[in-house]
Amino acid sequence: MTMRRRTLLAGGTAGVASGLIAACGSNTGRGGDGGGSGVALSQWYHQYGEPGTEQAVQRYAGAYKKADVSVQWRPGNYDQQTAAALLTDSGPDVFEVNGPTLDQIQGGQVVDLTELLDGVKDDFNPAVLTPKTYDGKVWAVPQTIDMQMLYYRKSLLKDAGVEPPTTLDALVDAARKLTSSKVKGLFLGNDGGAGVLGGTPLYAAGLQLVTADGTVGFDDPAAARTLGKLHQLYADKSLLLGAPADWSDPSALLQGLTAMQWSGLWALPQIQKELGDDTGVLPFPKDGAAGRPTVPVGAYGAAVSARSKHKDAAKDYVKWLWVDHTDYQEDFALSYGFHIPARISLAKKATKLRTGPAADAVRFATEHGYAQPLLWTPAAQTAYQDALSRIIKSGAHPESELRTVVRKVSAELDRVKKNRGKNQAKKTS
Amino acid sequence: MRRRRALWFWVFVGPFALGLALFTYVPLLWSVGLSFFDAHNTVTPTHFVGLDNYTAMLGDDAFVDSLKTFLVFTAFIVPTTYVVSLSLALMANRVRWARAFFRSVFFLPAACSYVVAALIWKMSLFNGVRFGLANTVLGWFGTDPLPWLASTDPPWYWLVIVTVRLWLQAGFYMILFLAGLQRIDPALYEAAAVDGARPGWTVLRHITLPQLRATSVAVLLLLVINAFQAFDEFYNLLSDSRGYPPYARPPLVYLYYTALGQGQNLGLGSAGAVILALVIAVVTLGQARWLKLGRTDADG
Repeated sequence: MTMRRRTLLAGGTAGVASGLIAACGSNTGRGGDGGGSGVALSQWYHQYGEPGTEQAVQRYAGAYKKADVSVQWRPGNYDQQTAAALLTDSGPDVFEVNGPTLDQIQGGQVVDLTELLDGVKDDFNPAVLTPKTYDGKVWAVPQTIDMQMLYYRKSLLKDAGVEPPTTLDALVDAARKLTSSKVKGLFLGNDGGAGVLGGTPLYAAGLQLVTADGTVGFDDPAAARTLGKLHQLYADKSLLLGAPADWSDPSALLQGLTAMQWSGLWALPQIQKELGDDTGVLPFPKDGAAGRPTVPVGAYGAAVSARSKHKDAAKDYVKWLWVDHTDYQEDFALSYGFHIPARISLAKKATKLRTGPAADAVRFATEHGYAQPLLWTPAAQTAYQDALSRIIKSGAHPESELRTVVRKVSAELDRVKKNRGKNQAKKTS
Repeated sequence: MRRRRALWFWVFVGPFALGLALFTYVPLLWSVGLSFFDAHNTVTPTHFVGLDNYTAMLGDDAFVDSLKTFLVFTAFIVPTTYVVSLSLALMANRVRWARAFFRSVFFLPAACSYVVAALIWKMSLFNGVRFGLANTVLGWFGTDPLPWLASTDPPWYWLVIVTVRLWLQAGFYMILFLAGLQRIDPALYEAAAVDGARPGWTVLRHITLPQLRATSVAVLLLLVINAFQAFDEFYNLLSDSRGYPPYARPPLVYLYYTALGQGQNLGLGSAGAVILALVIAVVTLGQARWLKLGRTDADG
């Protein structure tokens, strides 16, 4: 029998259609009740720059016998990806999160993980556990601590007769003196520092983003004074701008484009490898009589999606990986890049963190570390960051810019407090 | 017979119509619905807020600034692209030898991704250090390196944004103009020559441009709509892992951060999208009316 062309076409069309329908329902990355050793769990990580990290997390997942864990290593805008994925059923069961945000917690998108830390909660560094705690419950288990600080090349400062700056005025002065036709004094990122510094200058002035009782923490003349000094750096042309790699990569410092650079602890091994003993580190210097040296600290944490079909299995896995297996946490923090383990006991015994700039960094994080508060919402951050950008680059008036930001942040704080009230009313009804 | 025809019509058209409905019209209507709800971190909200999202968006300085950014961008890119693509078309049409080669060379950038082109512009041509291509050239004249994308006074970032889009899209519009040029009756030029008109500006003004009127209207409409939808090159040139500077932030980038960024305010973002769609519709209709789109000379 010969097949007619139309029959073939109709069959082909039906085949394609059924294939599409089947494809829509498959490969979500989450899986169902998989075979093998148990349920199938999908775990997402953002892409780390350090070689070996991806293989390490796959090794950890492979060692877990109570579930089949598939690891997804996701480049790109990870925070946006996870935020969008949490709205759907195709998101992860377990995921790394630079948060979660207050809206994600209030929106019921993540699972309460408090019980996982029973008996060991005090061993987690409070600086990074607090922003993951809301209403007395823990919403993500901190993995490793990252912090940022100021790197400098000792030789360049010595040649210019500049002491490592301990005040913001001294930093502005040093950056100016270190600037030449070939080398800029300071690199705070290609946007002049608006993005990466965030609230750091405010903490350096003795202020904060949000107070303990949930009000704006920088409604103070000191804020405008300090932020105005950041514009001075820009106006003096002491800032490196438009480097091929941004602040998180130490290339600008290593290529001799700048004498000082703001970057993360993760960059230390590479900097020490290239510059050896010519490396110095500092916290962001204090400003004003009430000021204090400051470094921002933060931690990606492991969270469980509220849309997961296997919440209990996912929680078991998070406990196994980031609470019980301290050896994995230590390996993840120190064997590839350079991070501080979130467990205080591990951080204390880590030999790599006991000497030189690494020891300084750990001390800065302990003595001067601040974490972005949970009440600092993305909308508040955007408003503040926009104002900071205008102050630094356009020389906008700090007082008037900050007045607008205070108004917006107050409205945001009112909104999230109202949501909290709504949630509590729901629970009691 | 008629029934069989209808069946085959739906066999071939149905899947695409279904896709269009599922992936375009349903999300569009859903987005309009979301714009009337408080939809933080959810696409199935329950709290109706009426026009609150619209008033919030219209009262938001950042959104209004983004609309102004678009206006500045349009003011730069539309006339520049028009002039450059028309000039390229006139040259490519006139060239006597290797015509296909020149057309291909001018058109090829249109095949390049906006993301790739933006990254080349950002990292190689216009980076702010001394070994960037533009700064190397400036260095020959003894000028210090310029931070092209970070300088707001003067706003050099516009040069980077406009040139990358110009490079990417001028070839495409050149092809449209070439098609228009080839439709002009040579007898018109011959008659002009007989009447003593010398080739050049006079012929361009009195014969070529009027004959290209329909093409010009289409090109201008497309250019304005494309400018409103600018996202890729802005985002890739100016964003970093920590966010996006407030200057040169077009509406789509702002809405992306509002609705799909960590803020996940899908109600507010949807309201902004509806406002933007209305602005585009009004501007396009206004422009079409102004340019007398679809009218013939007989309509007056």
